Amino acid sequence: MTVNVRTALQIVAALIVAGLAAWLLPQYLELFTLINATVFVSMGLLALSLGLIWGFGGILCFGQTAFFGIGGYTYAVAAINFGDTTWAVPLALLVPTAVAAALGYLMFFGRISDVYMGVITLTTTLILFKFANSTAGDQWTIGTAPLGGFNGIPGTPPLNFPLDPSNQLAPEQVFVVAVLALGICYAVAKLILRTRFGRVAVAIKENELRAELLGYDVRLHKLGLFAIGGFMAGLAGILFANCVFVSPTMFSLSYAGQVIIWVLVGGIGTLVGPVIGCMLIQALTTYAGTLSAIDPNLLLGVLFMLAVVVVPKGLLPTATTILLRLMRRGEP
Amino acid sequence: MTALLTTEGLQMRFGGVVAVDGVSLAINEGELRCLIGPNGAGKSTFFKCLTGQYKPTAGRIFWRGKDITALDPFAIARLGVGIKTQVPSLFDGLTALEGVCLCRHSSEAEAKRRAMRALERLGIGALANRRVGLLAHGQRQLVELAMVVAPEPDLIILDEPTAGMSTEETNRAADLIRELNQQHAIVVVEHDMQFIRAIARTVTVFHQGRVLMEDSAATVFADPRVRDVYLGKAVA
Repeated sequence: MTVNVRTALQIVAALIVAGLAAWLLPQYLELFTLINATVFVSMGLLALSLGLIWGFGGILCFGQTAFFGIGGYTYAVAAINFGDTTWAVPLALLVPTAVAAALGYLMFFGRISDVYMGVITLTTTLILFKFANSTAGDQWTIGTAPLGGFNGIPGTPPLNFPLDPSNQLAPEQVFVVAVLALGICYAVAKLILRTRFGRVAVAIKENELRAELLGYDVRLHKLGLFAIGGFMAGLAGILFANCVFVSPTMFSLSYAGQVIIWVLVGGIGTLVGPVIGCMLIQALTTYAGTLSAIDPNLLLGVLFMLAVVVVPKGLLPTATTILLRLMRRGEP
Repeated sequence: MTALLTTEGLQMRFGGVVAVDGVSLAINEGELRCLIGPNGAGKSTFFKCLTGQYKPTAGRIFWRGKDITALDPFAIARLGVGIKTQVPSLFDGLTALEGVCLCRHSSEAEAKRRAMRALERLGIGALANRRVGLLAHGQRQLVELAMVVAPEPDLIILDEPTAGMSTEETNRAADLIRELNQQHAIVVVEHDMQFIRAIARTVTVFHQGRVLMEDSAATVFADPRVRDVYLGKAVA
């Protein structure tokens, strides 16, 4: 792996921003706002996971929320049963990664085309949504954790310090963990793209046949990237479960569609773009929710249409292009 | 000579259409073989069978005596087969050097060294840092050829390498192929007879999915049956 100066600077900048946010925001934001910010960050991580596999691997996963929800549910069920989140977290990372790998195996080794891949992944999350909604009775209890049907698992335990279940993290600390997780995942994604595996994955997106004729197993590379996306989405699910609680909504069509919009609005083919798109749209829809005159969903729809027409490449690539043009104009 | 690639009774059916019908041939080390035939003769289907893009309905393909019929294209490429498609198949967003660097290798430095050598060998070293998507068609063909040559394969299979090239570019490609043949066995699938005349030693003529004849270039071009199939006449 060779890391060029630009990539190193981007990683350092992202980690500094994450560090500053983790240090400053808990000091100035009210508790409710901070919990909301943690939700935004967890959603940002979900957007990053899709931005990685779609923007760089060309894998249109319409159901990234499946891994998000599986991560959240696994964490909640394991944490309740273990009475400690120390082992619940790795388990909640392992399960969505394994599910993504299994689903990816069926799709990529089955040579499913892109359109059907979108349909299959969307169907997967909708099946899970339906299933999670139908788990209301006492018979749907795993160990001591009732799945709760439509209501989900309201008593999702917050993270505790490793091997110390009595010492639970305060919302401010959960925010810090979430921000650092997002920063680290961004850095890891950047580094992955600089490895040979990452470069081949991008080459596959660009021209699958040529990559294969050069001797690369396209299916294996796609599978690897898809599983990494599942891992990150699962981590986002754990963080989300810590500031809200797990419920079937995590698998819903509404969430599945929103992630696509965040990535498209922020800029496909970038890693920061989807996170920015997510934060902006979430902030805007939250604000719109406080206004009685505007339906937030309607606003989201209009915003998406505007973005497709005005900034088809997404906010970040458009802003970068404009900035570069201005800089060139300023040159002698 | 040792046979590098052999096919035995290769057949490819698409429903009721038999595109390739019982083709058996052998490509030897260091050979330059041209597969010719009019449009619809089954050349490109045969090419896709050889490169693993199509799985033949019947028959077998051997690489140095080992059955590779069921292998995928990437596995066939790894054996030491360089494959160039008819329409240039490239990474348009990358520079020529970055694209060629993606060939399989032991280290980054080795990849760069091989890539630069391949580009220079094909006379396009000056294009190394140009984006492939912005290159002219003939240059794109050469960049793809550089990608094929860079890993130094034992056998190179080229599907219509001069498609869309100017006369000058075609002549240059003929020189290049002759030069490459000094180190690699080459199979050229082509229907441009001028080009074939310039490079051919052994020619296999395809007609209606079958091998019509296989002989030296001079004999093949002198045979009236070959002219007839190109003119669309029925051949016994």
